[in-house]
Amino acid sequence: MSKILIRGAQVLGGESQDVLIDGETIAAVGTGLSAEGAQVVEAAGQILLPGLVDLHTHLREPGREDSETVLTGTRAAAVGGFTAVHAMANTFPVADTAGVVEQVYRLGRESGYCDVQPVGAVTVGLEGKQLAELGAMHDSAAGVKVFSDDGKCVDDAVIMRRALEYVKAFDGVVAQHAQEPRLTEGAQMNEGVVSAELGLGGWPAVAEESIIARDVLLAAHVGSRLHICHLSTAGSVELVRWAKSKGWDVTAEVTPHHLLLTDELVRTYDPVYKVNPPLRTQADVLALREALADGTIDCVATDHAPHPHEDKDCEWGAAAMGMVGLETALSVVQETMVETGLLDWAGVADRMSFRPAVIGRLAGHGRPVAAGEPANLTLVDPAYRGAVDPAGFASRSRNTPYRGRELPGRVTHTFLRGRATVLDGKLA
Amino acid sequence: MKRHLISAADLTRDDAVLILDTAEEMARVADRPIKKLPTLRGRTVVNLFFEDSTRTRISFEAAAKRLSADVINFSAKGSSVSKGESLKDTALTLEAMGADAVVIRHHASGAPYRLANSGWIDGAVVNAGDGTHEHPTQALLDAFTVRRRLVGRDAGLGRDLEGRRITVVGDILHSRVARSNVLLLNTLGAHVTLVAPPTLVPVGVENWPCEVSYDLDAVLPKSDAVMMLRVQSERMNAAFFPTEREYSRRYGLDGDRMARMPEHAVVMHPGPMNRGMEITAEVADSDRCTVVEQVANGVSIRMAVLYLLLGGAEPAVTTASARTEETK
Repeated sequence: MSKILIRGAQVLGGESQDVLIDGETIAAVGTGLSAEGAQVVEAAGQILLPGLVDLHTHLREPGREDSETVLTGTRAAAVGGFTAVHAMANTFPVADTAGVVEQVYRLGRESGYCDVQPVGAVTVGLEGKQLAELGAMHDSAAGVKVFSDDGKCVDDAVIMRRALEYVKAFDGVVAQHAQEPRLTEGAQMNEGVVSAELGLGGWPAVAEESIIARDVLLAAHVGSRLHICHLSTAGSVELVRWAKSKGWDVTAEVTPHHLLLTDELVRTYDPVYKVNPPLRTQADVLALREALADGTIDCVATDHAPHPHEDKDCEWGAAAMGMVGLETALSVVQETMVETGLLDWAGVADRMSFRPAVIGRLAGHGRPVAAGEPANLTLVDPAYRGAVDPAGFASRSRNTPYRGRELPGRVTHTFLRGRATVLDGKLA
Repeated sequence: MKRHLISAADLTRDDAVLILDTAEEMARVADRPIKKLPTLRGRTVVNLFFEDSTRTRISFEAAAKRLSADVINFSAKGSSVSKGESLKDTALTLEAMGADAVVIRHHASGAPYRLANSGWIDGAVVNAGDGTHEHPTQALLDAFTVRRRLVGRDAGLGRDLEGRRITVVGDILHSRVARSNVLLLNTLGAHVTLVAPPTLVPVGVENWPCEVSYDLDAVLPKSDAVMMLRVQSERMNAAFFPTEREYSRRYGLDGDRMARMPEHAVVMHPGPMNRGMEITAEVADSDRCTVVEQVANGVSIRMAVLYLLLGGAEPAVTTASARTEETK
């Protein structure tokens, strides 16, 4: 089964074409390609995208295998149309040494469902005090390019400056979780009208924006590359727009949930809506969509954050922060960006595959759908509509905010280097 | 009325007036030699307290006992909760024991809402204070106290607080009492003004149905009731205000300030008071201060709430007083 013919798919939403996969690569793209010797996938009416790339995934292994493993997380990724994910460093132990990143990398290779590119911690134990051995993680088999203390902010300005400078030696990037810690002590939700009413500790927008403002200035000063994780406020958008207008090398991501959901949902006190950074206001949601459309925000990243049921089946204050997102990301982007006319499918390919691969310096992913390129591909049925049913998730965790919500689009096939990881909507 | 009492916003104007009127009837029971009604005989009320609050717990306990309910006190300290049992498992345990009502005090905002809406228990849930969210029975007893003092015990029956000007002073940001009072007093037609240093007013307060002032002296002459909130000394370490003395000078109620209030105006405090901080002894001990009345009224209000949530259609007091007449 070395040849696969995808027949009649709209490549990046454009004209209907056939795509022939031979082995691990795309052999030909055209019309009326011969199906001889090939398994045929009928794709009329479906959209063919380059395999999606996630810059921000929590796979939880090692340490919290009760919520996710590399295997279950990569299966969820494949179902969501991803062919590569960046595994965040806040595991137990923390991915702050070559040993841990190599372990995660190897587990990814063994899973076979999706490439796993480990992210290295910026500081030892995510403590924000001492730089981790960034060079060793880069030089390891895992070849780490993205460094992040995600879950915690690198709040010490000197440590942040040094990290930004240091990773230039190997074209790395620091991905900042922008959260001023003092301004967010006891924070439970977005600070605003709803938090005032609910009596939940506020997580003010300024706690994100002040760090972004500082970090874009630092990046400019030392001439480094900076990536900002899960941008969530309209003010952050303005800062990134300003930094880009200066020509500084700053990129940013937005999560699907920040493109769709608002803090009004917290009125239910249902911790499934508890996430960090928190759900913001409708004005923020609209600003984030605009920014993703005009390229101020470079890409969508899921911040897939699995948690076991007991960590969400409790009172708000005691609950863990985070939502799973791999299996619903593309549907949410279709709903919020495509069906609103803000992005076409080529734009989706750009924001969910090309650009995250460039930011992560990830070889072999985020490539054009063209002859000679690696056959990392995702086929989407955009006409599908269905309610989200977490019981059917491939992820080990079920903490989705979309339970029962009708969302458009469904990944029917995912190909990782020519091999189907998802066939007809089912894990292969 | 709804099945639970989680937020003062759950109450319509008519619900609230009904509770206040019922509480007046309950208060008459307290004047009898035998302070007990058979209304909730055979019903079980659980006081589920995750936070120490002896005052509120004994108030609910007295209320339930005067209605002849069986009362179980479940305190988180020294129980399975301190061993890490979840709210859900505690709730399932109480459900298995047949709790008809759960009175819950919890340090997490929204815990009563979760208890009432997660399908863990069937009984009625009464919020006895959750985090920095709400404390609806405190607001009801405050409204009851205001109505008695300003409208009259009998004259107040069936009436709300239309046009009354009520000022709430202190740590609004962290106060569940303030949140419930703003909602309830507004529902009852009163004009509420919050007074606090700007650091202790929540971002987002602009949507609340009340006014906000930073100047206590300007507001006092236009107040029919002034409610002083407890200010916890740990706020000082978080730079909400420079020193206790400065807070006291700018936002504390002393004799001079009380003299600026209209003659009929009353001073209220949910207790426990920090004498010398938000209120001086002179004010606390004056006959304009309703602190002790509020405690007594709290029992009547909680009787009314438990009765209305659990008692069904049967009138509580009229039946009982008729019975008392018969046995005379």
